[in-house]
Amino acid sequence: MSSQLFNKHIGRRSIVLGGAAAAVAPAWMGVARAQNTPIKIGFPVPLTGAFSAEAQDQVKAAEVAVKEFNEKGGFNGRKAELLVRDDKLNPGEAATRTLELIEKDKVDFVVGSLSAATQLSINAVCRDRKIIFNSISQSDAINEAKDWSMYTFHEALNPHLTAGAVARYAFPKYGKKLVYLTADYAYGHEMVRGFQRAGQAMGTQMLADIRFPLGTSDFSAFLPRIQSLKPDVLVMCNFGRDQLNAIKQATDFGLKATTKIISPVLLFTARVAGGADVFDGVVGGTSYYWGMEDKVPAAKAFNDKFRKAYGGAVPSDYGALGYAGVRSVLQAVLDAKSTESMKVSIALRQLRYNWYKGDQFYRKCDHQSVQSVIIVESKSKGMKDKNDVFNVVHIENADEKNLRTCDELGHKVST
Amino acid sequence: MLDISPQLFALQLMTGFALGAVYALLAIGLSLIFGMLTVVNFAHGAFFMVGAFLGVYSLGLTGNFWFSLLLVPLMTGAIGLVCEKFLVRPLYGRGIDYPLLLTFGLSYVMVDVVRFTFGIEGIPSSTPESLRGAVFLGFGHFPLYRLFLILATALIVIALWLFIEKTRYGLIIRAGSRDPEICKVLGIDISRVWLLVFGIGTAIAGLSGMLASPTRAVNPEMGIPILAESFVVTVVGGMGSLPGAVLAGLLVGVVFAMTSLIAPEFAELSIFVLMALVLLWRPQGFFGKAGLMS
Repeated sequence: MSSQLFNKHIGRRSIVLGGAAAAVAPAWMGVARAQNTPIKIGFPVPLTGAFSAEAQDQVKAAEVAVKEFNEKGGFNGRKAELLVRDDKLNPGEAATRTLELIEKDKVDFVVGSLSAATQLSINAVCRDRKIIFNSISQSDAINEAKDWSMYTFHEALNPHLTAGAVARYAFPKYGKKLVYLTADYAYGHEMVRGFQRAGQAMGTQMLADIRFPLGTSDFSAFLPRIQSLKPDVLVMCNFGRDQLNAIKQATDFGLKATTKIISPVLLFTARVAGGADVFDGVVGGTSYYWGMEDKVPAAKAFNDKFRKAYGGAVPSDYGALGYAGVRSVLQAVLDAKSTESMKVSIALRQLRYNWYKGDQFYRKCDHQSVQSVIIVESKSKGMKDKNDVFNVVHIENADEKNLRTCDELGHKVST
Repeated sequence: MLDISPQLFALQLMTGFALGAVYALLAIGLSLIFGMLTVVNFAHGAFFMVGAFLGVYSLGLTGNFWFSLLLVPLMTGAIGLVCEKFLVRPLYGRGIDYPLLLTFGLSYVMVDVVRFTFGIEGIPSSTPESLRGAVFLGFGHFPLYRLFLILATALIVIALWLFIEKTRYGLIIRAGSRDPEICKVLGIDISRVWLLVFGIGTAIAGLSGMLASPTRAVNPEMGIPILAESFVVTVVGGMGSLPGAVLAGLLVGVVFAMTSLIAPEFAELSIFVLMALVLLWRPQGFFGKAGLMS
């Protein structure tokens, strides 16, 4: 009997407690779920195709940023997670993968891309779905009003800025009669435009702009004509393996004896794959070179993190962008105390950062990261190890004046 | 308009020949294998790539370009022999599609094996010391190595022609391609002949990869675009025809070079236009036999 009463008593108390628990449970469970749900960052890059070496380095460096964030405790206990997808360097594939990342994997942000074309297609998908996209690849178009939205950010340099910096350094030094060898797609055209604009102010003369289809492996057929034009400077407006082939064959034809070869973007990975002889004396721009760690403390700190994570390897230029792109977004999450797109976008707009190469910020009107451009010259003598490939000959400091104006890009509000 | 001097024209022609030499070499191997075995070897570009990698490594290890020039075709030929014996052979007599699909798959495997072994970035390759620099040809300076490429191709073509036309083995190969049944009746082990032909074809592919390696970037995917161009050459020259492969190789090289001079944007396209025109005029190519593919 007593046991029955006891049971009843317990039963009543249990019901009360149970009811109370039931009442608060959704809230508690909600918090628990939020704490367990990772902050998902979609990362579409061309893991296969011509730029796969650069893309894999982007992933490696982005993982460093994610690890760093998680080791510091994440955001309210939420850890970050990188969802890497192969966009195969194809704009259609990039759009499909990004759509899957947003609709199926429910990513909070997208960082990535490694071509002018894929980043525009990724941006279009993200913009329509109000998801922040921080592009880590060069493009001018992405800054323009027609492609832009509050959710579009551009961590990489753009061709206008890079080509301009290289032009300002190289043309006064090496001469003003120019021939361009240009990959016939958006990136190549944007680079030529950047060089021409900076060059015209200095009175340069364009002898020819020779355009070739992307992925050409033999440039020898263009070289006799270039030789006969006798330019002071041959500007290689191409990228990756195209550039390696073009410079290699130009070297074979003895063009270096009379002409300086410059390139808007001189890639670390292409230089390592191409070898010292081929690239000897070639001058170009880059967003980052690990060897600047002697001059820039942030570069040293970033290199050390990368070295520690990958057995002494050093990050490449595009790799470093993967790190900065992810780190900026995660920092903005902490600043905004939210993962909501608009709040994080506002935080990114306020962000002043120095992750790896000196002070940077996103210009308000187009979210272009205002940053320094590093001018390097490839070396073939006195190298300490296989990664010691460039001399940093000049650093053009971050300056908004070197970008196209907000009005020119079609943005109505310039602040 | 463009100011094209006779000197520039002559230099451009030479550049076209040097380019065509590599096409011709690759197409010879393709044509040899197709003409004798009726196998469309889609792994030919992969053998070209393997040849380039082995060439760079052999050159790095031995320091001797000429020795490597002998070693590399032997090695790629050996890989070819193994592939024929264990992969291609079971598919003879099953129509043209089976070996085509098999070699297509094989090319993916080979590219991935190289990616895993040597990395995806590719490796540096440079022109051998003794063949660097440019020579004056009377109308302008031309890279010595490219001149060497033209000569090497000519020598390989002549050697192959002598082997097939003038030796006993060549006679057996020719007989085998014409009528395998009669050869068997005469007591010739035809499977050994086919093994040898596949080996020679892949050896030449490897050799052309090694020869081309100083002039272009060496990476796991380098065989893919050149395979497409070699097929154009083979189709233009006539599937299975060796003189066709040589003539079409040089023609494609020259057409590419000349279009580059006048309208560089259309250079890549020009060789496919050439193929379309030749096919309209002669569906079997210059020296091909009609109905071989059916």
